[in-house]
Amino acid sequence: MDTPYQNHIDKDEFNYVYEPAEDSFLLIDALEKEIDFLRKKNPLLCLEVGSGSGVVITAFAMAFPHCLCFCTDINHRACLMSQSTASHNKVFLECVNMNLVTCFVDKKFDVLIFNPPYVETESNDCLSNGIVASWAGGIKGREITDKLLDMVPKILTDDGIFYLLLIKENIPEEVKEIMLQKGFQANLVLERKVKNEHQIVIKFYR
Amino acid sequence: MKLITHNMLTSKCLKGVVTGYPLAISATNIKVTEVDFNPDFIVRIIPKIDWEVFWKAADSIGHSDGLPQTVESKLHDNNDFLKKVHRVLLEVEIDEGHLTCPESGRQFPITKGIPNMLLTEAENKFAMLLKSANDLYHEVFAPMPRQI
Ligand SMILES: C[S@@+](CC[C@H](N)C(=O)[O-])C[C@H]1O[C@@H](n2cnc3c(N)ncnc32)[C@H](O)[C@@H]1O
Repeated sequence: MDTPYQNHIDKDEFNYVYEPAEDSFLLIDALEKEIDFLRKKNPLLCLEVGSGSGVVITAFAMAFPHCLCFCTDINHRACLMSQSTASHNKVFLECVNMNLVTCFVDKKFDVLIFNPPYVETESNDCLSNGIVASWAGGIKGREITDKLLDMVPKILTDDGIFYLLLIKENIPEEVKEIMLQKGFQANLVLERKVKNEHQIVIKFYR
Repeated sequence: MKLITHNMLTSKCLKGVVTGYPLAISATNIKVTEVDFNPDFIVRIIPKIDWEVFWKAADSIGHSDGLPQTVESKLHDNNDFLKKVHRVLLEVEIDEGHLTCPESGRQFPITKGIPNMLLTEAENKFAMLLKSANDLYHEVFAPMPRQI
């Protein structure tokens, strides 16, 4: 998968929007590893939640020109940046400023992608919608992720696939257990140790 | 916002709103941006969209010309039809305007093509308050033995 062109972005904007980092690229590499599997699936609609700068979903859109891509972010500036990253790379992307997937009708998306705010922090009942929202994950770094997990069965089509990035502190085994209760199998796609973070990408499917 | 997105958006995130679908469109600026035409994709997407909602949305922004009110499968071989769907579904874009919840009348602005579906702080607080009240009821009051 090609890395999208990003030089159009004014560096100062990264004071407000999550700058692509190792986790973003691990997720892109994981999707690249899945390319043959996904090509066979021939997905029609794909959604990235929390697209930030838009690198991940744009890379996906470049690799899957026959799939229409959508993204949401709670941060308005991230939405603008995702949109401009997609248009600079000449791919179709529809972006909505939204909390997770709360305003989409059920069972439309064949692929769902999420690189959540995963850092352990104090509980964050009151959501920020600025740069803090890009990393602050609350208890176990899982508060935002867990909210999305509850919505996954409804947002995906019956044979939809969900790719999720986590770190060890998020207790991936617990996440797998939660998803198993919802009828989803899990596979580890890729993992990497960066500095003192152990990042993994898991794929969930029914 | 393209009409394909409108076809999938609801305001059910608002407390008290049941379906919140379809949202009404008010457009103050509409753009048309070119998107590669892929007839196979259009054929596959048609069964996934709510055609009636799509047609009415197109009509409400003045783009329903030549678009049939109901869709029949024999049209799938008709290239002119597929091109028309392609244009209205993927190329016509609401750049500025707002969406209105059909049940509550709450408006959601669209700026630079991006709909803002976020709740206000007050709406979020109200939702949390309702949730706490509900949790309290289920944890404390509901399990209590009924007094006659
Ligand atoms: C770790 S960043 C990932 C950004 C980008 N996907 C990437 O991989 O570089 C997490 C993103 O999720 C967004 N986010 C956090 N909470 C959200 C929520 N409740 N709904 C939608 N997006 C959210 C943040 O604004 C941020 O852009």
